[in-house]
Amino acid sequence: MNSNNKEITVVAFCCLYCAYAAADLAGSMRIQYPANVRIVRTPCTGRLEVEFFLKAFESGADGVLVAGCEEGSCHFKEGNLVAKRRVNYARKYLQESGLEPERLRMVNVSSAMARQLTDHIKDMVETVRKLGPSPLNKAKRRQQQEIKS
Amino acid sequence: MIVAERKTIPEIVDILKGHKNILVLGCGTCVTVCLAGGEREVSIMASALRIASRAQNLGFKVSELTIERQCDNIFIEQAAEAIEKADAVLSLGCGAGVQAIAERFAKKPVYAGLNTKFLGILEERGTWTEKCAQCGECVLAEYGGICPVTRCAKHLLNGPCGGSREDRCEVNPDRACAWQLIYKRLKDIGQLDRLEKISAPKKWGTSLSGGPRVIVREDHRI
Repeated sequence: MNSNNKEITVVAFCCLYCAYAAADLAGSMRIQYPANVRIVRTPCTGRLEVEFFLKAFESGADGVLVAGCEEGSCHFKEGNLVAKRRVNYARKYLQESGLEPERLRMVNVSSAMARQLTDHIKDMVETVRKLGPSPLNKAKRRQQQEIKS
Repeated sequence: MIVAERKTIPEIVDILKGHKNILVLGCGTCVTVCLAGGEREVSIMASALRIASRAQNLGFKVSELTIERQCDNIFIEQAAEAIEKADAVLSLGCGAGVQAIAERFAKKPVYAGLNTKFLGILEERGTWTEKCAQCGECVLAEYGGICPVTRCAKHLLNGPCGGSREDRCEVNPDRACAWQLIYKRLKDIGQLDRLEKISAPKKWGTSLSGGPRVIVREDHRI
């Protein structure tokens, strides 16, 4: 990830029943969204554990977006509500570890909300861009530069 | 079950500063059930420490392992190789687990990653409550199975104090008045007469005030 120093990468965990379908719809509707996003299809956002988010940052993500169904509409009844609590818990860990909690965000969309999903993605990418690349990646880049020099 | 809670990452980073190879060691028993130090929490803690290390340039190399029980030498043996390789161990076991590891590996720094809180039960999903203060001389039989030593804020053996409102404790209205619970329970089981007896002052010598306690079972000794 992040071969281009100036760019950032956002991993988007998208629920199969809503956000993933919405991303698909966005494609059909020819709606553009930033190429910085890497979509990971998940069976339900309730499948996502706190360690998934942390591992994403460890692996080089500058931001993580979790996109689940609208509250009350989860295919598995309350998976998205579980995910919301886990995202909040992971944000605490990020803050304690020295990363901005704003780098992790959860949004809710339905499968018909392609426009809203792309707006959420744009907003997330913009937020992460303002925060700059993750300090983890900065350190990695510094190490790489040191090796080169 | 022993209930514990994790320390914060800045606290742990402060404890671990100066070490390089760190083993985060989990325990598969009580702290797994209270979601503080099991395999999953070890994975989260290790990830968070790696993130903190890279973000703050701390130079940690974090590995992870969870054994069945940290307070038992037979299980500790399974972690021996990983512990020997590490510069320091961050134990996510309870206080007993941390000390068992430290005693077994005399020259290895072993640190606690959790704050061991109390002996309690899972009240509802995500909520644990204290039920036993390990006073060393159980009085539950006298109080309908509700412990006044643990659950009454004033530890009254001859309650109630008179300060409760409705069925709430005056010290903390979020808590139920233990004596209200004791009265109701004894009434339900037809043993209200137990409350007519005045309890003598408790012998606290059986509690922690006498230093660490030891139980010896001669029939089990070799």
